[in-house]
Amino acid sequence: MTKTETPLLSLKNIVTKVNVNTPNEVMILRHLNLDIYAGDFITVLGSNGAGKSTLFNTISGELPVNDGRIQLKDHDITHLSVEKRTAFLARVFQDPKMGTAPRMTVAENLLLASQRGKRRTLRLRRLKQSLPHFKALAATMNNGLSERLSTATESLSGGQRQALSFLMATEQHPDLLLLDEHTAALDPKTSAELMTQTNQRVTQEKLTCLMITHHLDDALKYGNRLIVLDQGQIKYDVRGAEKAALTKDKLLSFFDTIE
Amino acid sequence: MSMIVSSIGQGLLWAILGIALFLTFRILDFPDMTVEGTFPLGAATAVTAIAHGMNPYAATLLAFVTGAAAGLITGLLYTKGKIPILLAGILVMTACLSVNLRIMGSANVSLLGKQTIFSGHFLQSLPKYFDSVFIGLVVILIVTVLLILFLQTNLGQAFIVTGDNRIMARSIGINTDNMTMMGLMVSNGMIGMGGALIAQNNGYADVNMGIGIIVIALASIIIGEVVFGELTLNQRLVAVTLGSILYRFVLLIVLQLGFSTNDLNLLSAIILAVCLMLPQLSKKLHLNQVLKKGVAKYDEN
Repeated sequence: MTKTETPLLSLKNIVTKVNVNTPNEVMILRHLNLDIYAGDFITVLGSNGAGKSTLFNTISGELPVNDGRIQLKDHDITHLSVEKRTAFLARVFQDPKMGTAPRMTVAENLLLASQRGKRRTLRLRRLKQSLPHFKALAATMNNGLSERLSTATESLSGGQRQALSFLMATEQHPDLLLLDEHTAALDPKTSAELMTQTNQRVTQEKLTCLMITHHLDDALKYGNRLIVLDQGQIKYDVRGAEKAALTKDKLLSFFDTIE
Repeated sequence: MSMIVSSIGQGLLWAILGIALFLTFRILDFPDMTVEGTFPLGAATAVTAIAHGMNPYAATLLAFVTGAAAGLITGLLYTKGKIPILLAGILVMTACLSVNLRIMGSANVSLLGKQTIFSGHFLQSLPKYFDSVFIGLVVILIVTVLLILFLQTNLGQAFIVTGDNRIMARSIGINTDNMTMMGLMVSNGMIGMGGALIAQNNGYADVNMGIGIIVIALASIIIGEVVFGELTLNQRLVAVTLGSILYRFVLLIVLQLGFSTNDLNLLSAIILAVCLMLPQLSKKLHLNQVLKKGVAKYDEN
């Protein structure tokens, strides 16, 4: 299936190295090409060291690219800073501790995230006026988060903390959402719940999303597109009906061929 | 009695340093050694300016500006130069020693016979030591209210989150380098202003007056925390001032016990070390249980 529309985000011939100019220099992404279209919900598979996290860090700007170009619609964003990219990009980390400010309350965290990518000015923050909205928002997660708006996030459970990170990332409808194994640190039940909420919110709000996962079942069940990364390149890319027809056995046999 | 009033006055004036250090030590979550240089820098700037005939209020503001400039240099070394914060602070602190001598032209400058913030008619009409209480109260009130308001703004929240979770702050578009530099500038500006006020109160500036400053400022923060326990951020700012006054009382008692002022730095360090170790000690000695049991007994009666 081919698309004629312009991609939302386009990675062209991307080379990302770590430990540049040292004896330990390693090329992680090797001339990677990827076009992400608006509304894509892409599950990203790949073994350890395939370059999944590097791909995310390259998109978010944490890692500079050594060659190639990143384009957002018509803009070249290859050298845009991490902070500037947050205006269109949001991210949920694997570690629940990374996505929230521990000593600040749930509501304060949500308020900070509602200013994503904006200039922080000397205007009063107006926390009270936003509380009803935050309460309704937190209630969508069905895990008691809405009752704990004035609790410091360090006292939340891992599941609640990660649900909060997810809300903070999606509240402002980012053009692109990066989920980096965001359910991996949670117990199976909580993980499944967050996955369901994630799917619901991403499809309802028509968010464009990349989700790294190690669960083949999740990768098959969710999203409209699936890619497999291996040795810094995309080795497999299916979408739509073809993806829907994909089975776990087919996927496993594909993994056997690349190893 | 006048000893107690003097202690309160000193506690209020020195509380400015505690609040300033709170911004970096507690909110940004790192120890900033620059203060040992910016305190005498502020004093040197203000005293020299006053000695040359500048209005004492303008001179105090000028001390804020020079302190903030030194804070900016530490910030640039840390964020852009990637020098560890402790070392960056020590570098600027050391450089300040030479700068201060250049500014003053000698190791100390007296304000004898010059107009200072403390020499107004109204302040002179107050009983002894009440002038420092008055000035201290006014300055602390202004500084505390401004900071509380600032921390409630979007910029203030971005500043707090920078210290709380740098990665998350960056991931929602906050330029953490700028926040760090802003914090260092405001903090060191306030330290410079504190230096200017204390030098005017003492009647002179001395190049060595910065030694041990960080310990005194930390002591007011830690004593406030140990005495008042769990508080909101705004309450913690007020607790610093109370901690600073309590610290002066402790010094007063120690001096009454017969120690000399030469022992003050040693005593300050000991007081701070004991306060910092309190959580560990209370765990080891089960102080909490003993205290709670004691209270519970009284509750039952």
